[in-house]
Amino acid sequence: MSRSKPLSPHLQVYRPQITSVLSITHRATGIALSAGTVVLLYWLASAAGGSDAYAAAQGVFSHGLVKLLLVGWTWAFFYHLCNGLRHLAWDAGYGFKISTVYRSGYTVIVASLVLTGLIWACVLAKLGGA
Amino acid sequence: MSLRSDLGRVKGLGAAHEGVNHWRLQRLTAVALILLALWFVTTLMSLIGAPHEKVVAWVGQIHVTVLLLALSLALFWHLKLGLQVVIEDYVHTPWLLIAAQIAVRAFAALGALVAVVSILKISVGMS
Repeated sequence: MSRSKPLSPHLQVYRPQITSVLSITHRATGIALSAGTVVLLYWLASAAGGSDAYAAAQGVFSHGLVKLLLVGWTWAFFYHLCNGLRHLAWDAGYGFKISTVYRSGYTVIVASLVLTGLIWACVLAKLGGA
Repeated sequence: MSLRSDLGRVKGLGAAHEGVNHWRLQRLTAVALILLALWFVTTLMSLIGAPHEKVVAWVGQIHVTVLLLALSLALFWHLKLGLQVVIEDYVHTPWLLIAAQIAVRAFAALGALVAVVSILKISVGMS
């Protein structure tokens, strides 16, 4: 195949914009969440396996590094959820004005961070009280 | 004159060879997951640090069993549809493309089965 045809766009020399960055982040979080389903499966399978298996799983989940991964997955979840709502609005024909696209984009970033903070404040309060 | 019917011409045409079915299912599972995943994540908060008996009792409630099964199916279906598009967009080596698509389907199918079997095993009181 001939490689002499010009390729567009040249992503390496293309200034990142909120539109393109949020778009690729939607895919990245989707891939990360797909990998994260292994954690969900481990939790379910250990609960199905009995109390010993479940206690072992709880030990794994209380590990600091695993908790850090779970925080990352929580953010990926809320980002994919919020930005997914944005995509569904576009699919329905709403929110295409460029100022609206920018505003909804920044809203998604803030909302995903706030929701992640809320969930983990709740988790830490529960673990602290337990 | 073509011997193909209008329906035959419409069905399976387009670049995707399956019309808008993929697009539609991706949105349908997305809407289902908004509700199911939000329910799951918020309810999970009450199970943090809970002992095994409490988790088993929670899963065993009929409405929880049904919603968890629905969540598992919608989740792994949405996962398959999403990863499939990512692979179609970025993998251009034919054998690698096929291998990756098979791997995604296998992962999604096995993941859904592990989830469904685990939920049912707990639900029928075998855990």
